[in-house]
Amino acid sequence: MRTRSANRFVSLTLALAALALTAPFARAADTPDPAADAKAFQKYFTEKFPKLKPEDFVNGPYSMNEDMHRQWEEKEQFPPYEFALDAGKDMFAKPFKNGKSYADCFPNGGVGVRQNYPYFDEKEGKVITLELALNRCREANGEAPFSYVKDEMASLTAYMAFTSRGKPMDIKIPSDPRALEAYENGKRYFYTRRGQLNFSCATCHVQSPGERIRAEVLAPALGILNAMPIYRSEWSGMGTTSRRFTTCNSQIRGVPLSPQDEEYRDLEYYLSYVSNGLPISGPGARP
Amino acid sequence: MRTLLLIWGCLIASMAPALAASEADFKASYAAAEAAEKEAGQLRNQWTTTEAALAAAKKAAAGGDFDQAVASSKEAEALAKASIFQATSEKERWKDLEIR
Amino acid sequence: MASTIRVRAISNGDTTEVQALIQHPMDSGFVKDAQGQVIPPHFIQQLTFEHDGKTVFVADWGPAVSKDPYVKFAFKGANKGDEIKIGWVDNKGTSDATTAKIQ
Repeated sequence: MRTRSANRFVSLTLALAALALTAPFARAADTPDPAADAKAFQKYFTEKFPKLKPEDFVNGPYSMNEDMHRQWEEKEQFPPYEFALDAGKDMFAKPFKNGKSYADCFPNGGVGVRQNYPYFDEKEGKVITLELALNRCREANGEAPFSYVKDEMASLTAYMAFTSRGKPMDIKIPSDPRALEAYENGKRYFYTRRGQLNFSCATCHVQSPGERIRAEVLAPALGILNAMPIYRSEWSGMGTTSRRFTTCNSQIRGVPLSPQDEEYRDLEYYLSYVSNGLPISGPGARP
Repeated sequence: MRTLLLIWGCLIASMAPALAASEADFKASYAAAEAAEKEAGQLRNQWTTTEAALAAAKKAAAGGDFDQAVASSKEAEALAKASIFQATSEKERWKDLEIR
Repeated sequence: MASTIRVRAISNGDTTEVQALIQHPMDSGFVKDAQGQVIPPHFIQQLTFEHDGKTVFVADWGPAVSKDPYVKFAFKGANKGDEIKIGWVDNKGTSDATTAKIQ
């Protein structure tokens, strides 16, 4: 066992060295320019997949493969997220013990607003995601918060996403240096390699979309959050953005951060912003 | 790169079987592993395999198998150190993958 | 309480296409929970679709079918506006049934 692990490290460090040698040499400019980032991000993917329309990217792996696309069309006729969606609608309408309801916490009563999340709260100086906003709403009204990864949280976000279906993602970065920093933090997280398997989000979703990792077809990073929350066959159930971030970390053998940790919220902020303009397609279904 | 291989080489050599490790040996090697893992934690880049090795070390020690406990501790330390190396180098390296 | 069966039946010439999504845990009895305890088996054993008093589709299921099963099949001899009956029984003796009109 000792020798095997020793070999693993040698190969890991050699792999790191090899990657360093083959990676492109250009360095980022020092002043962040999110608008330019988003433009470059979308250009990269639309050029990589010229046959796809921009809105196709929100279907992830289903747009990467003809057979999968056919399966997706069939699945959309009778989507597995229907139960969660109906439950979410009922939950959203039910008032809290104090008589107030979720509608009181959100602009426009929470209907058709999902595309504005996450947003940067200038008073608090942090990124607020939809999941965080929902739990804060609960706590502000004397209710216990839900787990961020599935069940009730997934049902609620499924309903809110559904009311925004078709609306273009519309994330704003106010001219507040802290907002820019959160955006940069998210970007940095996205491209940083982590875990024993030494993957970054970009390793799969930028370098290899449409290709396979074991039996799964990889989704492109463009529009990847637009379908959230998702019913994932792998989970036999619904999962939120928090669930995906934490499970992905574990899959690459990195200890996950707590759901809604600052890094994850910033990551969601970055990923959502660079997909601005692409339609919300949630709730979604994935293999 | 070469220095790194040298470090790994030394670590490997030091992992060579000694005559029956003692509880003191385990305590020392576990402390070193834990310290490294804590540092990795501050860099927000701990690996699940490091945690597993630490747990295996503790379990072996509880069962009185200090040879295994020391071996697992040393593996945990090496894993933790690799994760620290990863976090440190990725501070600049991440830009290599960025779409521009 | 809402039905566990969602069904859509569409008439296409002389063929009727039926899709159904059923809400059921379909526990195989082989999976352990986070505490290490086996989750007891709880799965649909029989699913039946009837039209005009005749059974048009029967599924004899076991632990191999996953949670929230989805079924799709087609049959002949029904018309738009006809009713189909769907029912299931699981290994605990629980059952549910519903009817749907062919669109």
